[in-house]
Amino acid sequence: MRESWIIAKKELNSFFDSLVAYILLVAFLGFSGFFTWLWGNDIFFHKQASLDIFFNVALWSLFFFIPAITMRQFAEEKKTGTIELLLTKKLSNHQLVIGKFLACLLLVAIALAFTIPYYVSVARLGNIDHGSTITGYLGLILMSSMYIAIGLLASSLTNNQIVAFLMALLIGVVFQFIFGALGSSQSGWLGGILTDLSVPTHYESMSRGVIDTKDVIYFLALTFLGLMLTELNISKRS
Amino acid sequence: MDIVIDGLSKSYGSQKAVDNISFEVRTGEIVGFLGPNGAGKTTTMRMITQYLSPDSGQITIGGKSTTRNNLRGNIGYLPEHNPLYDDMPVIEYLAFCGQLQGIARSNLDQRIREMVVMCGLNDEKHKKIGELSKGYRQRVGLAQAMIHDPAILILDEPTTGLDPNQRVEIRDLIKKLGVHKSVILCTHILPEVEATCDRILIINKGKIVANGTPEALRSHTSGKSFILVDIEGAPREVITQSIKSLPGVSSVGLSADHRLLEVECADGNQTARAIYRLCVGKEWMLLQMSPVEVRLEDIFRNVTMN
Repeated sequence: MRESWIIAKKELNSFFDSLVAYILLVAFLGFSGFFTWLWGNDIFFHKQASLDIFFNVALWSLFFFIPAITMRQFAEEKKTGTIELLLTKKLSNHQLVIGKFLACLLLVAIALAFTIPYYVSVARLGNIDHGSTITGYLGLILMSSMYIAIGLLASSLTNNQIVAFLMALLIGVVFQFIFGALGSSQSGWLGGILTDLSVPTHYESMSRGVIDTKDVIYFLALTFLGLMLTELNISKRS
Repeated sequence: MDIVIDGLSKSYGSQKAVDNISFEVRTGEIVGFLGPNGAGKTTTMRMITQYLSPDSGQITIGGKSTTRNNLRGNIGYLPEHNPLYDDMPVIEYLAFCGQLQGIARSNLDQRIREMVVMCGLNDEKHKKIGELSKGYRQRVGLAQAMIHDPAILILDEPTTGLDPNQRVEIRDLIKKLGVHKSVILCTHILPEVEATCDRILIINKGKIVANGTPEALRSHTSGKSFILVDIEGAPREVITQSIKSLPGVSSVGLSADHRLLEVECADGNQTARAIYRLCVGKEWMLLQMSPVEVRLEDIFRNVTMN
């Protein structure tokens, strides 16, 4: 764990050193703030003290931003050869993957922490449902974990960052749209399975305030699967 | 800590990178690991450092097998091309490597200071690694390899990019460290190997083709001696003919600068005496006579080109 934390700290520092973190924070807060408070279907239009709109916008912005923060993680280490440096230290493949995962998740958590004023503002404007807000945030964190795991997997497959980004986005699109679309066009058990594989199915119930073990297991299982495959890839030293 | 390598093999697809090699490196020994590009040097290094796992064979470090134990903490490794994080400042990078190698927080600053002094990084220590010149980058690479005071040092071309003064410094440093550590030094600079290493291993096409001290390799691979002579008192052709007719002399040619005669013979000392007697007998002036050592380069070419 200590080793993973050293890696996580280093990666988090390099996010902030390389402006990636600032760009991400500004873009995420700008994007979600704009759609939550200022434009179109915003909170004032709904006249409801709820962060549903924010959760919806956050889902989409994170969907795009996460591949941008994960693409570098292994692709660059492989390209510059620093992966050899890391993996000849007292550090297992497992600890390295966990460290990188933690760094990305922490960055997302920092971005989400900056939206707590939204919550405070809405709570002051009306009677907010605290439970559904908390589960909404939990849903975002779980979903982010899953997309980070997918992003890391994509990054471990190539030494080209752009390829890693596009690959992560592509896998994301499958989970975000394709499964849902196929699920609704199929009937019977196949349709059920496909719908169950789709991210919005699980995320929406959480952002409505329902914590179903099925949803939590879905996100955690995909996160573990992604990280395990990443580790496998790293150990192959391709 | 001793390294024992036994029957090590590794293939990439159908290509055998390392083919059943065995050797040992003892504590306090500096071994020069030589070979043409693509001979399997880096693959061997990577297997010893547990970056790659061997297809077959055993690597034992300090009595423990690398297949079952993570022994990376005992090894300081400077990989080929010296990969570094360009956006990290030198000190921060050394701290990062030190922490990863498990140096206690209380000891870390002290070790970093020692490394900065030892590797001559003091003037550049606050710069980002990306801003450093090649020589300084190389020093940072060495510093990260040595920061946890490992029992084993594996250095892949440690002096590339250094100027001659720096080379001597690093060479001396390696020699000093080699007294208590096992050092494997991979390089193409042959005089450096002669100046630093106790033993030389030459690998070619995945197999070890030579293993021994520089002296042993010389006598083993050549079996011939060369003597340079300068004689006055007769035309060169006459002298050449006379020397050629001496027993044990196989050929007489001109040296590279065309000033001296180069005598190739089976036994240097015996031929030297014979030449002296020849000169005394014919009343020629013997101006110079010196034995020529077989150069490491020739040995290298000899065992790696066939």
